[in-house]
Amino acid sequence: MAADLYSAKVRDGRAYLSLILTPLQWIVDVPSRVAGEVSEVVVDRSLLLKENAKLKAEALQLERKVQQNDALRQENGRLRSLLKGSQRVDEEVVLVELIGVNPDPFQHQVIINQGSENQVTMGQPILDAGGVMGQVTEISHYTSRVMLITDARHALPVEVNRSGFRSIALGKGQLGELELDHVPDTADIDEGDLIVTSGLGGRFPRGYPVATVSEVIRDPGQSFSKVKIKPTAMLNKSRHLLLVNLPARPSDPPEEEQE
Amino acid sequence: MNSHDVAAPGGGGFIILATFLVGLMLSQIPMPHLFEWARPEWVAMILIYWVMALPHRVGMGVAFFLGLLLDVIKGSVLGLNALSLTIIAFLTLVLHQRLRMFPLVQQALMVMVLVGINQLLFHWMQAFTGYTGESLIFLLPCLMSGLLWPWLFVILRGIRRFFRIR
Repeated sequence: MAADLYSAKVRDGRAYLSLILTPLQWIVDVPSRVAGEVSEVVVDRSLLLKENAKLKAEALQLERKVQQNDALRQENGRLRSLLKGSQRVDEEVVLVELIGVNPDPFQHQVIINQGSENQVTMGQPILDAGGVMGQVTEISHYTSRVMLITDARHALPVEVNRSGFRSIALGKGQLGELELDHVPDTADIDEGDLIVTSGLGGRFPRGYPVATVSEVIRDPGQSFSKVKIKPTAMLNKSRHLLLVNLPARPSDPPEEEQE
Repeated sequence: MNSHDVAAPGGGGFIILATFLVGLMLSQIPMPHLFEWARPEWVAMILIYWVMALPHRVGMGVAFFLGLLLDVIKGSVLGLNALSLTIIAFLTLVLHQRLRMFPLVQQALMVMVLVGINQLLFHWMQAFTGYTGESLIFLLPCLMSGLLWPWLFVILRGIRRFFRIR
């Protein structure tokens, strides 16, 4: 029965099995959805006003950033065209909602409310407001399963935003922590550095925040230094997620890529 | 027991199905991360009950199909839970006459062992497909299952008697 590891046909069968379970998942999700709605309805007016003011201030800040961003983007585009480099294409995002979490605590997976009927494809990256969350690993008709970057089987090509040092962020099966793989002792990396996706491997778009470096252990007795990083996405809290539609690539990488 | 009671078994199939559906729901209800380690194996427990009570109706076939559904829920390779549930269904079939005679506490201990076998098999096979976990914390659910068994047993027996499922 382990055929679903290897055969696309069996994976279709699996998709149908999960179609049977979709209503169950939906029912299981009802209480938390109702609770969310109730707490939206029953809320203090002063609290709302306060939140409104805070959001307005935040929006102003963000707008200022966007203004700058626009100019920078224009400039970047011009420079790139001067260098005859290829243009960077903007990715489209779709808002999706989290409807379930894998009950097996050894596996960090969540279930989202869109599937092959909504043109979700294998390996699509998922983001939240903070950064990269994971990628789609299993698709049913109306739901699909997302492997989080902290899953012990997940690996993600990244680079240090400040120095451009490239590495691979490995999940460890722990919720708040990843590790960078094979970092030489001389690498330019410090606590607090922002780690972003490097776009290598072609699965994740370039430049999205992944984590911040929380600890660098340089032990002369070891051949590599140990770098612990903390994901910027709220992996166990976010409910509204962004599904990234990557622009069509000339050559798609083979399907099995995660470790 | 009069002749009426020995009549051909039947009816209540939907009730049995409903209890399994509830089990499947309970096994994917979101819980705080810490409690998730101790989530009882609801489906396995309900399966053990029905196999013990009605071995002529619920057996290894049902166990296999439930296992497939559980595999989809847990995102494991198709067939892992199916195999481990089939094996504990078989063990329960072998033990069912003894299990019925046991007092509740002893029954709970047996359930703990059975669910423990289920967990061991499942995690041993999971290890082949690339998951990592080094501690024995995955055995916590069998402890919880054993603790909850008396209540589950009483509830399911009530359901079975109320609907006269034979």
